[in-house]
Amino acid sequence: MDFTYTETQDMLRDTLARFLADTYSFDQRQKMIASEAGRDPGIWKALATELGILSAPFAEGHGGMDGSHLENAIMMEELGKVIAIEPYIQTVVIGGGALKAVGGAVADAVIPQIIGGEAIIAFAYAEPQGRYDLANLRTTAKKDGAGYVLNGHKAVVYAAPWATHLLVTARTGGSQREAAGVSLFLVDANAPGITRRDYPTVDGFRASEVYFENCAVPADALLGGEGAALPLVELIVDQACVALGAEAAGVTAKLHEGTLDYSKQRQQFGQPIGRFQVLQHRMADMFIEVEQIKSMTLMGTLKLDLPADERKAAISLAKAKVSRSAKFVGQNAVQTHGGIGITQEYMIGHYFKRATIMENQFGSADHHLSRFEALTLKA
Amino acid sequence: MNLEFSPEELAFQQEVRTFIEENYPADLRGKQDEGDELTKEDFLSWHRILHKKGWVAPAWPVEYGGTGWTSTQRFIFSEEIARADCIRLMPFGLTMVGPVIYTFGSPEQKAKFLPRILSGEDWWCQGYSEPGAGSDLANLRTKAVRDGDHYVINGQKTWTTMAQHADWGFFLCRTNSDAKAQEGISFILVDMKSPGIEVRPIITLGGEHEVNEVWLEDVRVPVENRVYEENKGWTCAKFLLAHERTGIAAIAGSKRGVERIKEIARTESDGDQSLIENPFFRRKIAELEMDLTALEFTELRIIAGEAAGKGPGAEASMLKIKGSEIQQRIMELGLEAVGHYGAPYFRGFGEGDNEHPIGPDYAHRMAPTYFNGRKTTIYGGSNEIQRNIIAKMVLGL
Repeated sequence: MDFTYTETQDMLRDTLARFLADTYSFDQRQKMIASEAGRDPGIWKALATELGILSAPFAEGHGGMDGSHLENAIMMEELGKVIAIEPYIQTVVIGGGALKAVGGAVADAVIPQIIGGEAIIAFAYAEPQGRYDLANLRTTAKKDGAGYVLNGHKAVVYAAPWATHLLVTARTGGSQREAAGVSLFLVDANAPGITRRDYPTVDGFRASEVYFENCAVPADALLGGEGAALPLVELIVDQACVALGAEAAGVTAKLHEGTLDYSKQRQQFGQPIGRFQVLQHRMADMFIEVEQIKSMTLMGTLKLDLPADERKAAISLAKAKVSRSAKFVGQNAVQTHGGIGITQEYMIGHYFKRATIMENQFGSADHHLSRFEALTLKA
Repeated sequence: MNLEFSPEELAFQQEVRTFIEENYPADLRGKQDEGDELTKEDFLSWHRILHKKGWVAPAWPVEYGGTGWTSTQRFIFSEEIARADCIRLMPFGLTMVGPVIYTFGSPEQKAKFLPRILSGEDWWCQGYSEPGAGSDLANLRTKAVRDGDHYVINGQKTWTTMAQHADWGFFLCRTNSDAKAQEGISFILVDMKSPGIEVRPIITLGGEHEVNEVWLEDVRVPVENRVYEENKGWTCAKFLLAHERTGIAAIAGSKRGVERIKEIARTESDGDQSLIENPFFRRKIAELEMDLTALEFTELRIIAGEAAGKGPGAEASMLKIKGSEIQQRIMELGLEAVGHYGAPYFRGFGEGDNEHPIGPDYAHRMAPTYFNGRKTTIYGGSNEIQRNIIAKMVLGL
């Protein structure tokens, strides 16, 4: 058992933190969000080329730094501290994770594009009726000659407006909620037959409703076995859950820190409100919750490569705790700030918005506790 | 960074497991299974076995009789102890006064007391709380007045756990009434057989005699029994409270507790299914496992120096708050699990009594355990005091 980071990992964290300190102030972030594209593409490009750190979790053979989940967690925690709106989870964790898992020619082709910052991948997995059930799919992929034809509607696809590729789940067989028959495709985002309705999200990202209408894709768009991709989809969503936990560690650390600073400045009844014991205890509890998010994220990171059932049980516990704790820290940060906590102009509310959306992203606490129960609490 | 045990660590795990299997007293196991109250001899029997093996005080420095184990080995050891459901050793000597003595004590004190703590020859109790000094511990009034080469102690301590068995006690006494509260306290070791000491039982809600009042009237103690400097006893007191960073969360024991709840919930019926299939009950189990896992990895991060809050006591405070809350939730769930059979009261059952208790074997200790367990968020500095400590030491408020 060993809990130390390598020097390379420490450097990765420092490099990214320094870069974000220069480029990602709250005002800079708000400007990116308000811009037409909803982002500053230069940031992603700089992460890829100037800093060269999108390579961190990839194998040397693909031009990477031979890292893995821990590198993703380090990146996401730092990005969380500035509530960055970069498509890291979608592109590197999920897209990269799927490509690493399947390997082969498509991985050899696309991973270097991710590392170089040219490829941005959005994960089109959710559907309006599906909630958090990854197998609940109405989108179909019908065999057509050598390739497939996709039809269906994918919901709230984060980063889709920016994407070069869509990673799409679709049925090649089976009934609507069956495990068998789920397939995964990596599709050119601009392929004919794809239309999008783009919109901003409450936490500062851009997303789309994505419609496939007789969208023809080549045979090599299929990742993994036809109809047998559910385990792969579960794996990458678990990887995303852990990355999200790391982001939550960064977001909630800042929520706590901001609240603490504010409580030392804000005067009421002739003294800083931080002198009041009722607020001191609340902030002590927030501190504990932030620490627990870090602990659960580390646990999840270190258990991502376990056999599937053990992994799923562990990740579900982690995600459920992250959801609960993020809610606690976010709500109490706003409450402690008082009225200013619910204004657009003040920073804390934007961290709260991101924390709130993270609660349910990739599955709510209830969803994950149910999955944990089904796996471990057998009669 | 990884979670795997090395081949050496796995071998160590097997060694510990085998040792427990071969050496844990069978009669002690029987009493635990029956839920009988344990005697002083019961506690000492396992203590002596571990001492003979050299494993009774894993965290102590090697020069004083510790094991020299790595933190991972200590983690493995406590996991195995809990896994085998071994009784918990009395902490007053091993994890409280022992570390104070080897950190602050004189060479003579170390030579005299440490070997007897290890061997179990001396049973220790803790003279901290007083009727007027609970959370406000520094407000204590028990006085030690110098008289030649002795202190004469007068006062009253309370909540003194297992004092009825104690050979020695470590007492916080006021040696300067003019100084600020914390600055006039000394840490004094008292022979519990000294004239003038009276131990009176306090019976707690579960019916146990676990805690006591200790009355001290003109108790004469040699000055050489004071640890560290006169009026600097608060330093020892704080050290003691913050020292056991890892044991305090009682994680291994709580893991065993959750497993036991699951076993019971599989046995108990609820409609035409087992209790573990009840959606509300299983959700509570899942939430317990979630919070216990968070606590476990917080402890592991603290051991590795990864957690925030480097202030003295802050980490221990975090572990104490969550650890005690989880212990209480386990007891609460245990009582809930046994349904009607939480109510029957079986005080006398045990020695010499062959009457079978009413209800399932696992049921009759649930309510007493639950009642007794309300202590966990109160003792060792109440959880409110722990939040004060975090606010002060970590948050700078």
